[in-house]
Amino acid sequence: MEIIKIKKSDWAGGIDKSRKTYHLFGPVKHKNHHIFRQLENNIYPDMEYMSSVLSPKSVLFPQSQKILVTSADASGKACHIFTPPEQDHTPRAVIGIRPCDAKAVQLVKLNFDTKEYQDPYWCSAFEATTFVGLAVNTPSVLDFSTSAGSGPFAQEGLDVLLVDCKDHYLAKILSQKGKEFLNTAGFNEKEDPKAADQVIQQMKISAEKAICSVIQTQHLKKKTVLELYEAPFWEDIAFSCISCGTCAYVCPTCWCFDIQDETQGKTAVRFRNWDTCMPALFTRHSSGHNPRGEKIQRVRQRFMHKLKYFDDKYDQGIMCIGCGRCVEKCPVNIDIRDICNLMNAYKPEKESDAGEIKGEIK
Amino acid sequence: MENPYIPYPVRIDEIEIATEDKSLKTFKFVFLNKEDEEKFSYQAGQFAELSIPGVGEIPIGIASSPVEKGFVKFTVFRAGVVTTHLHNMKVGDIMGIRGPLGNWYPWDKLENKNVVIIGGGFAFTTLRSSIIYMLDPANRKKFKNIDVVYGARSPGMLLYRDELFEWESRDDINMHITVDGTDDPDWKYNKGFVPTIVEQKAPQADADTYAIICGPPIMIKFTMPALVKLGYKENQIIMSLENRMKCGIGMCGRCNIGKELVCKDGPVFTLEELNKTPKEY
Repeated sequence: MEIIKIKKSDWAGGIDKSRKTYHLFGPVKHKNHHIFRQLENNIYPDMEYMSSVLSPKSVLFPQSQKILVTSADASGKACHIFTPPEQDHTPRAVIGIRPCDAKAVQLVKLNFDTKEYQDPYWCSAFEATTFVGLAVNTPSVLDFSTSAGSGPFAQEGLDVLLVDCKDHYLAKILSQKGKEFLNTAGFNEKEDPKAADQVIQQMKISAEKAICSVIQTQHLKKKTVLELYEAPFWEDIAFSCISCGTCAYVCPTCWCFDIQDETQGKTAVRFRNWDTCMPALFTRHSSGHNPRGEKIQRVRQRFMHKLKYFDDKYDQGIMCIGCGRCVEKCPVNIDIRDICNLMNAYKPEKESDAGEIKGEIK
Repeated sequence: MENPYIPYPVRIDEIEIATEDKSLKTFKFVFLNKEDEEKFSYQAGQFAELSIPGVGEIPIGIASSPVEKGFVKFTVFRAGVVTTHLHNMKVGDIMGIRGPLGNWYPWDKLENKNVVIIGGGFAFTTLRSSIIYMLDPANRKKFKNIDVVYGARSPGMLLYRDELFEWESRDDINMHITVDGTDDPDWKYNKGFVPTIVEQKAPQADADTYAIICGPPIMIKFTMPALVKLGYKENQIIMSLENRMKCGIGMCGRCNIGKELVCKDGPVFTLEELNKTPKEY
């Protein structure tokens, strides 16, 4: 393991050097909050940021993305034969991503990079990307990452972990991609790895101690889907939901998308947009039948997916990394932490209440 | 990396009005590139996305059978934006097909078994594919008795009528065609709803008998008790589901029932599997 020291006075110069090879993405102040976006030549990532309103998932999964194009000109030969638009495979580096947001990318990867199918847009963007994370020294009050499979200094999904030590960063190299990025930026002042790692460990312990919010997940796995699905608390949880979908849009692990077609002049375009499971339209059949037509069904779907279905399917823990965005942004204060704890603690009154179906479809 | 979103270009080769109310049409497509036909190698029970550039895509069960070569067939009910557009297209028009998608009826498991096929209304497309597959001379000996209960509102609403009546005259398949009602005095088949005919005509279950059901929710709801009465167990009842879909490859996230994605883990499930998931279909 290598740890590099980066003096803050050298930071901007290194960032500029890296721009020759990489498209940079990072947190930028926008009005009263931060957003993650591509950095133009004179823009530097704001390394003092706490969190971005939207997660950095858009670096790999843009909010709206053309996936296929074709000519709609009936006189032409290739009319109505779709091909993908040209893609930019220039290396990209995400600077200052929080460790939990990087872990989220690993969870989203389970959806887009499967044995049977690989989503070429997401996967090629992932291949091209180097994740340069920034450890969180002072976690926010809404951060519950340590109990959600990540943490303020977690390394999973990162190529470099930067640790802010006042006048310098310690950069822990976690992969070959990370090493190449630091080389390109000209950051090469090696620290004694043992001593530097001790410093990082100390800071990690105090950052983790500062986290005051936790969720309980240990019993979720052994409960059956139908037990939790039929639990009595969903009505209460869903009561105040206004189906706005904010939770899904701010979530770093939500990947659902819609596919839409448009014809612009003589070009037909197929593109995909972020979607959310909160509105009824998401699942409505063209016949009008809707398997999740009621709000309670959709709210239950959201939390069951994140906290139960996902782990049942992939055996990789819950589909939440504890960033706290949805807790902060929900206009009616629905709190995934409370719901997770409710689900975890739930015991059906009678065993036979759940899953009692005998050869009949309700 | 293969791009699973790119449809194979196809030409509409034939359009046939499938029902008397003209709400269903059967489209025969031919692949523009011969090698795409080989890549589109499918099993009875799978579906595909019919793709009209600039309009959209729709997931539709494959009605042609793996043993029919040189074309693929889909029977489409006019219901929404894409299906309406498709109904207005003409022979010779170019569009796309993406697939084959999803799993299929468990043909390996069904070998040396009695197979009972139960269908209703226009949910008979992949069942047609299955029957043609099983009746193929190379395959027929792999299966024991084949029974088919198929019903529609009226004689004119039955799909694939010519084939139905041809199968009716064969002795290697037991057909139980039915209609809800008809004023045709010459109607020589059954009258009555599918669940009733199932109860009267379908064989009693034994360990070697499997039922495949495809139909509207109301038919499925009332057919289940009939099958239970005939002794079918949860793992002997095989169903094909539909849910709203976009990607068809398990990524866009809307067709799930619990952890199962209807497009990729399904659309074919046994009742045993379905009874472990929420009934969100």
